Amino acid sequence: MKVGVTVNGTAQEHDVEPRTLLVHYLREDCGLTGTKVGCDTSSCGACTVLVDGESVKSCTMLAVQADGATATTIEGLANGEAMHPVQQAFHEHHGLQCGYCTAGMVMAAVSLLEETPDPSERDVRIGIEGNLCRCTGYHNIVESVLAAAEQMRTQPR
Amino acid sequence: MIPAAFDYVRAESAEDAVAQLAEHGDEAKLLAGGMSLLPLMKLRLATPAVLVDVGRVSELSYVRDAGDHVAIGALTRHRDVETNDVLSRECGVLRAVASQVGDNQVRHRGTIGGSIAHGDPASDLPAALLALDATFVAQGPAGTREIAASEFFQGFLETALAPDELLCEIRVPKTGADGFAFEKFSRRAQDFATVGVVAVRTSAATHVGLINMGSTPLRATAVERALAQGATAADAAARAADGTEPSADLNASVEYREHLARVLVRRALGAI
Ligand SMILES: Cc1cc2nc3c(=O)[nH]c(=O)nc-3n(C[C@H](O)[C@H](O)[C@H](O)COP(=O)(O)OP(=O)(O)OC[C@H]3O[C@@H](n4cnc5c(N)ncnc54)[C@H](O)[C@@H]3O)c2cc1C
Ligand code: FES
Ligand code: FES
Repeated sequence: MKVGVTVNGTAQEHDVEPRTLLVHYLREDCGLTGTKVGCDTSSCGACTVLVDGESVKSCTMLAVQADGATATTIEGLANGEAMHPVQQAFHEHHGLQCGYCTAGMVMAAVSLLEETPDPSERDVRIGIEGNLCRCTGYHNIVESVLAAAEQMRTQPR
Repeated sequence: MIPAAFDYVRAESAEDAVAQLAEHGDEAKLLAGGMSLLPLMKLRLATPAVLVDVGRVSELSYVRDAGDHVAIGALTRHRDVETNDVLSRECGVLRAVASQVGDNQVRHRGTIGGSIAHGDPASDLPAALLALDATFVAQGPAGTREIAASEFFQGFLETALAPDELLCEIRVPKTGADGFAFEKFSRRAQDFATVGVVAVRTSAATHVGLINMGSTPLRATAVERALAQGATAADAAARAADGTEPSADLNASVEYREHLARVLVRRALGAI
């Protein structure tokens, strides 16, 4: 089946089997390997990307369901050399250890801040409950998201 | 894990979906948000030959004030229930329950209709709708029919929907902005309830729904009866596990679930 998705601003079209998962479409057909597969059972959030601006678990969505939509992966966040405020905050606040959960954490955080621009610490913890960090670095992840929120409110891009 | 191969068709409208189901028969399954069906297909516990995707049938995504009740389209996502203004005034309990279904990613895709049609006793919304005495509207080849929530959940993942029917609307009575409590107990973030309780106070009575206390979502009828006869909340809550048949799993034994039901009902009744 022909599937057309605008990924990180670029129109992509591929012929895929209907059973192709969005995460495999992004990694293998589009060649964007920043999105990771962790659990492959909808639990860990490592595969989180944005579809039409909202976070989804791309291991639990078919590529055909994204036909005609826009998708954003971790590769699409930075503006040239300038990192997205959420990426910058993870960098500055040491919001990652091994980094495996990071792409998904950052995408979940971007979606959360879109919906809740001024979150409390509790809002952040609940807002990223669909993302697991095997290194258990939650403390700095939460700090990073709060710092990014502050940055985005005071200095919008 | 990749699902077994299937044919994919996209329904353009509710009518089209019903026609597609009629054409493909028992081999077909509807795909809404995919938050329950796709995990099952990836595990190959479900292997439909044809998927009829209703995910884009936007005419079934709405929340409307319909006078004496609120009408909710079956394709309305949990996120849209959770943030809806009509519901915040007229049926606050549904917003509160929807806001605790899974995580943000799940709520961005999962739909209220999918949650009901799946018929999982561990799901939150079915027990809430049972407590609300909601009515479900199904559309099939012969037209539409209404099904009371109390008649709908028939067994584990078994509902009154025929294989060729589409759930199109959910009708909930107006219970107001407050006068409810939702107690969901689980050991991990984003998880299904080990046991959950939804209590709703209406002008006439207090209704209590139980999550994960049997093979279907349940009403705590012994609690409701005790309250109607003037029992205190504590005495009524002691009856929470009466008539239930919870199962044991790695999270909880039968006794522990029964204990949780009594504690959570007591908390819920105390909060409304
Ligand atoms: C990580 C995770 C955590 C979750 N946690 C919770 C939780 O805490 N509480 C909870 O309640 N749920 C939870 N869920 C399940 C979630 O609520 C699902 O969204 C919901 O159960 C199914 O809705 P859906 O739109 O995704 O349906 P789908 O998965 O698309 O479909 C489910 C079933 O319903 C049928 N169906 C769908 N729509 C219709 C319709 N309109 N008419 C007739 N049949 C239809 C399908 O054919 C299928 O059999 C979780 C899911 C995940 C992945
Ligand atoms: S890989 Fe998708 S949720 Fe874990
Ligand atoms: S940084 Fe290692 S899994 Fe989160």
